[in-house]
Amino acid sequence: MNDVTLTVNGKPVSGVTEPRVTLLDFLRDVAGLKGTHAGCEHGVCGACTVLIDGTAVRSCLMLAVQAEGEDIITIEGIGGSGARAGELGIIQDAFCETHGLQCGYCTPGMILAAEALLSVNTDPTEHEVREAISGNICRCTGYVQIVDAILLAAKRLGQRNDAAPSDANLV
Amino acid sequence: MKPVRFDYKRPTTIEEACGLLASDDNARILAGGQSLIPMLSMRLSRPSLLIDIAHIPELTAFVETETHIEIGTMVRQAVAQKSKLVKTHIPLLAKALGHVGHPPTRARGTVGGSVAHADPSAEIALVAATLGAEITYRVDGADEIFDASNFFIGPMLTIAPPTGCLTQLSFAKAPAVCGTGFHEVAPRKSDYALASAAAQINFAAGSGVTSIHLGIGSVGDFPERLDVDQLCGTPLDDAAIADAVHAAMQMVETVEDLHATAAYRKRVATELAIRALRDARDEISKDLINE
Amino acid sequence: MTEQKYKFLSTPRRPVEDRRFVAGRGKFIADLDRPNMLHVAPLASHYAAAAINGIDASAALAMPGVVDVITGAELAAAVQPLMNGLNTPNVRRFPLAVDRVRYAGEWVCAVVAESRALAEDALEKIIVDATPQPFILDAETALLDTSAPVHPEHGSNLLLDRKFVWGPVDDDFDAAAHSLSFSVTWGRNSTVPIETFGVLAEWNGWDQMLDIWASIQMPKYADQIARSLDLPGNAIRVHYDVDVGGSYGVKRGIKHSVLVGYIARKLGCPVRLIEDRLENMRAGDAHGPERKFDITIAFDQDGTVRSMKMRALDNAGAYAGRAPFQLGKPISAIVGPYQINSVAYHALSVTTNKTVQEAVRGFGQAPTNYAIETAMDRVAEYLGMDRLALRQKNLIRKDQFPYLIPSGSYYDSGDYHAVIDKVLTAADYPAMLAERDRLRDAGMMAGIGIAACLEPSGGNSSFEPLLNQSNQTSTWMESCQVNIDALGMVTARIHTTSSGQGHETLVSTILGEVMQIDPELIRITRPNSLESLPGNSPVGSRMAIMLGGAAARAGEKLKAKIMAIAVHRLGVAIDQLRYEGGDVLANDGRRFTWDEMVELAHRQYHNLPDGMDPGLASFDIMQVPTGDALPVDDKVQMYPCYSFEFHLLLVSFDPIIGRPDIHSYVIGHDCGTVINPAIVSGMTYGGIAHGIGAALFEEFAYDTNGQLLTQSFLDYLMPSSHEVPAIQIVKHCTPSPHTVFGQKGSGESGYLGAPAAVSGAINDAVAGLGIHFEKLPIRMSTISDAIAAKTS
Repeated sequence: MNDVTLTVNGKPVSGVTEPRVTLLDFLRDVAGLKGTHAGCEHGVCGACTVLIDGTAVRSCLMLAVQAEGEDIITIEGIGGSGARAGELGIIQDAFCETHGLQCGYCTPGMILAAEALLSVNTDPTEHEVREAISGNICRCTGYVQIVDAILLAAKRLGQRNDAAPSDANLV
Repeated sequence: MKPVRFDYKRPTTIEEACGLLASDDNARILAGGQSLIPMLSMRLSRPSLLIDIAHIPELTAFVETETHIEIGTMVRQAVAQKSKLVKTHIPLLAKALGHVGHPPTRARGTVGGSVAHADPSAEIALVAATLGAEITYRVDGADEIFDASNFFIGPMLTIAPPTGCLTQLSFAKAPAVCGTGFHEVAPRKSDYALASAAAQINFAAGSGVTSIHLGIGSVGDFPERLDVDQLCGTPLDDAAIADAVHAAMQMVETVEDLHATAAYRKRVATELAIRALRDARDEISKDLINE
Repeated sequence: MTEQKYKFLSTPRRPVEDRRFVAGRGKFIADLDRPNMLHVAPLASHYAAAAINGIDASAALAMPGVVDVITGAELAAAVQPLMNGLNTPNVRRFPLAVDRVRYAGEWVCAVVAESRALAEDALEKIIVDATPQPFILDAETALLDTSAPVHPEHGSNLLLDRKFVWGPVDDDFDAAAHSLSFSVTWGRNSTVPIETFGVLAEWNGWDQMLDIWASIQMPKYADQIARSLDLPGNAIRVHYDVDVGGSYGVKRGIKHSVLVGYIARKLGCPVRLIEDRLENMRAGDAHGPERKFDITIAFDQDGTVRSMKMRALDNAGAYAGRAPFQLGKPISAIVGPYQINSVAYHALSVTTNKTVQEAVRGFGQAPTNYAIETAMDRVAEYLGMDRLALRQKNLIRKDQFPYLIPSGSYYDSGDYHAVIDKVLTAADYPAMLAERDRLRDAGMMAGIGIAACLEPSGGNSSFEPLLNQSNQTSTWMESCQVNIDALGMVTARIHTTSSGQGHETLVSTILGEVMQIDPELIRITRPNSLESLPGNSPVGSRMAIMLGGAAARAGEKLKAKIMAIAVHRLGVAIDQLRYEGGDVLANDGRRFTWDEMVELAHRQYHNLPDGMDPGLASFDIMQVPTGDALPVDDKVQMYPCYSFEFHLLLVSFDPIIGRPDIHSYVIGHDCGTVINPAIVSGMTYGGIAHGIGAALFEEFAYDTNGQLLTQSFLDYLMPSSHEVPAIQIVKHCTPSPHTVFGQKGSGESGYLGAPAAVSGAINDAVAGLGIHFEKLPIRMSTISDAIAAKTS
C-alpha cells in the first residue's frame, strides 16, 4: 500500500492505496468525486478526462501513485462551489445553451477537454474544436451541438471582462 | 478491468532504475503509461513491480549537439510536438507526431516509451527505424547503442536488453536542404494505422540527393526500412519513384486482420510510400526554387 | 400543416436536466455506494460451446475479501428462468450458464467480494472443468437439419419462422413488367453506450423488500425481477431516479439484475455489479440485429414498385432475448414510405453460439430501411432511372393520409414530397451533383446517398401478439401524476428512468403549456416503482406521445377542476369564464387568482362545489392511441404516429485508400409538432452518428473459433468528432391527428435512415465500376479491394 497526496480542485487529498488503483478510481472512491466517469478503462472513450496542470489527460491511464504531487482539476472544480454552488462556468453554461449533451455521461470529460483547448486557443476554428474533442467519444449527440457549445464558449470567454484563463473555481 | 497487484517504485537515478529491473525479472518500466496501463487493466501485462522513471531528471533531457538531437526517454510526445528543435532538425518526426494518439495521450505518452513498446503501427518507431536513429540503453552500468533500423523484430518485440533501461533517442539533424513526407491511413483519425509511410530525402548543393530514407509501418510485424537507394542520382520523377517503391515492396509481407486484408495493406503501403517520397521530393524542389 | 403558435412548446428552451450533468452531478449507478456493499465479478467462459463438468471455486473462496462464489447450478435451483417473449419454453435462460456454455464470454459463475479488484483476482483462481463442443456461428447453417441445436430441448435452432402474405403478391408479380432479386446483410452492431450496464440490489429481510437501482431502460423490469426471484410484485422497489448514461434500447440487464437480486437476498447485504467494458462487449447480451435480407421486388417500366418479397434471417445468438421481436416491429412500416401494394414477408430468427441480442434503437427498423432503400436504388439502376425520381414517383402522397399499408397499419400523416423539396433546396442539390462530378473528374470516387424512411413511433407493440398468439396483450400505457401543493407550486411525477431524452423537460414544457405557467417553475420527480403508476419505459419512440400525452391529460384534468372551482366561486356559467395563465377571468371583469384558487382547494372545503375532493391533484394513465385490437388475419395497427426523414449526402474517397469522407449531409425531418427543438435536433444528430458507425465502422465480429474479435474499443470503432460531419437539419411539420399537440416520436431519428444513405452514397460512387457493396459495415479495405479487382 502507498500513501498518495494530490491536489484536487485546489485542495489536498490524501489516501492510502494499492499501486494498481488508477487515478480515476482514486478520484471517485478515495476523494469521493463521482463526476469523473469510467467508460472503457482502456483509454479510448475519454469519459475519464481530468486536467493536470491545465492539460487534458485520461485518468484511467494513470495510476494514483503516478499522480503523487500533481495538481488535478475535475469537473467538480469547474463552476461555482461552496457559497457559489449552482453557478455554472461559461463553458458549462454554453453546453446548456446549445444542449451539447443528452445523457451526461461523457459530458464532464468533454467540458474539460474544452477547458484545455480554450485555455491555450481562445479563438479556435471548428476543425480545431473537433480535433480537441476527438479523443472523447459521445454516443448521444453526434457532436454537432457540442461543437456549437465550445465555439459559443470561446466567443463568450473572449467577451469576458476579467482575465481569468479558465472556469476553474480555484481561489 | 482492474490490474493484478504489483509494487511500485520511483527511482531518482538511472542506476537505481536498472538495479530494480535487475532485482525482479517480472519488473517493468513505466514511462508515460498510455500503452502499458491499458494492458495492465486488461491483465495482459502482469508485472510484479512497476518502475516509474518519470522522476529521473536525466531522462527529460532534450539536447542539441552539433550533429544530433538527443531526446530523453521521458520527453512527452506533446513536448516534442511543440519543440522547435524537432520542427527544425527532425522534420519527419514533427510530421509524424500529429498522428500519434490524441491530445490527452500525447500529454502523457513519451517519445522513448513509444519506441520501447514497439507497437507495429507506432509512428515514432517508424520514424526512428526509417532514419536509423540511435537508441541508447543503460544496462549493467554501461550504455549500449542500437540502430533503430534493425531494433524492431516483431510485434512489441525488440532486441533491447531485458534488464536495460532506455535512456535516449538520438536523431541525426536533417541537412539544410531536405524533404520529408509522412502518410498514415486509419479507419478513424488516430486509430492504429492500417498502413503508414515515412520518407526523407537528404540533399546537398553540388552533390544532389545524398541519401533517401523510406520506411513503412503498420502493415507487418514491425516498422521496416525499404531500400530505394536506386533512386539516388535520378531526377526522382513520378515513374522512377513508383518503380522503386514497387520493387522494394515486392518482398514485403503484410498482415491480415478484421480491419484490413493483407492485399489492402500492401496496396496502400505502396501508395503511401510513393506519396511520402513525392512529398519529400516536392519539398526539396520548392526549397531549391526558393533559393 | 398549420403551425400553431405555442407559448412554450416548440420554442428554444434549455433542457432542465443539462444543469446537473454539466456540473458532474448526475447520479449514475456507479456513483451509488451503500454501506457494506459487496461487488460482483462474473467469470466468462472461453469456449463458444462447452459442457460444464464441474466448477472448483475453493481457492477463490479462501482468498481474503472473497465472500461467495455463485454457480449456475445454484442459481438455476433458486430462480425462475428469464422470460421469453415467444412461445419457446425450452429455450431456458438463466443469468449464469447451467450445465453448458452457449457462447464465448457467457458467464459461468460469479464472485462476490469486498472490492471489484479482489473479485477479479479471485476469478483467476476458479477452475472450470469444461469439455468443448461443436458450435455454430452462421445463421444459414443454424437452419440446417444437420446442425445441432444450441438448445437441444427446443429441438432446432428456429426461434421464429413466420410467413406473412399481405395483399395479392403473386398477382402483382405476374402483372409487373420486371422483377429483380438481391441480398444485403446488416452486420452485427449495437448502440454501445459509454456507460456500461450496472445494477445494485439490497434486500431488507425485516421489510421483505428488494431495492434495485440500475442503469435501466426496460418495460416491465420490476415485474420480470419479481417473477424470476419468486417474489411478490410489491416486494421489488426499483428506484427510477438513477441517471442512465445512454441506452438507445440496450440497457435491459435482466440477467445481471436477477443475479444480483439473488445474491443480495442470499447474503443479506447490498450487492453491486457494474459491467466492465470487456464484459459489456462480450457478455452484456446487448448486441443488435445481425440480419440477412433476400429481396425480390416487382416493378413496372415506369418505375412503379408493385410488390416486394422479403426474407429476413436474423442471428439471435445463444438465447431468445428480444431479438425475434426486432423482426416484428418493422412490419409497422414494411413498405417504407412507398405505395407498394403487396408484401410477402418471411421472418426467421435462429439461435447460434454468439452473444445474445438486445433491443436496439429502432428495434429492427434501421436494418429493414437499409434493405428497402437498397431495393429502390437497385430498381432505379435496372431501369436507368434517377434514384430520386424513382422515389418521388413511389412515395405516398400527402392527399393519401391516413394511408393503410398492406400489413394493417395506418400511417397517420405526412407530406414526404414537401420534405424532399425542402432538402433539395437547402442542400443546393444541383451544386451537390456538380461537386460530385468535379470530384470524379479529379480522380476521386464520389457518390450521392439518398434515403427516405419512416420512424414508427408511439410504441403500440402489437407485433408481440402478432408473433406470439398466446400473448394477448394490447395495453401499452404511460402515466403521469400532477400535484399543486398548498403553496401553489406544481410538481409532476414520471414513472421511468431516462437516458438523455429530456423527459423532465418534456413533461414540464407540456404541463406548462397546458396550465399556462412557466415550465421552469414545475418540478419533476421520479418516484420509485412502488409509488408509480403503470408505464412502459422509453421504448418504441413513445415518450413524446405517451408521457407527453399523459402529462397533458393530467394537466387538463387539473384545469377542469380549477374551472369547476371558479364556476362555483364566481357563480357564473363556465362559458362566462376563461383560463389565463393560471388565473380564471370572468367576462364581467372579475379575476379568480391562482393563489385564491389554491387556498380554496387546500383549506376551504366549505367553499368547494358539492362532492368535490379537496386538494389539487390529478393523474392520467393513457393507452396508446389506436391500440384497441389484437391482430386479425395477420394484420394489425402498430405504432400510431409516423415521423419521416429524408437523408441526402455527398461522399468521396480515394480509390486506393478507400476512406469515405462525408462532404455534406442534409436531413429533412418531420416529427410533427416539436416539443423542444434542441432535444429533437440532438436526437437526430446522434442518430446519424450511430448510423455512420453502423455503415462504416462498427461490427461485433467473430473469428472461426467463435471468439469475439472486437472485445474492446480498440477494435470496435465508434465515430469520433472527426467522423461525424457538420449536419444540416431541415424541419417540416405534419402534425399527428392522434396526439394532443400533434407530436410524433423522434428518439430514433437519423439512425433509421443514415446507414441506408451512407451505403447508398458509397454504392453510387462505385456504380460505374459495376460494384455493389452488400454488407454493412463497409470497410475501407473492402472498398479498395473491390475497386482494385475491377481495375487491375
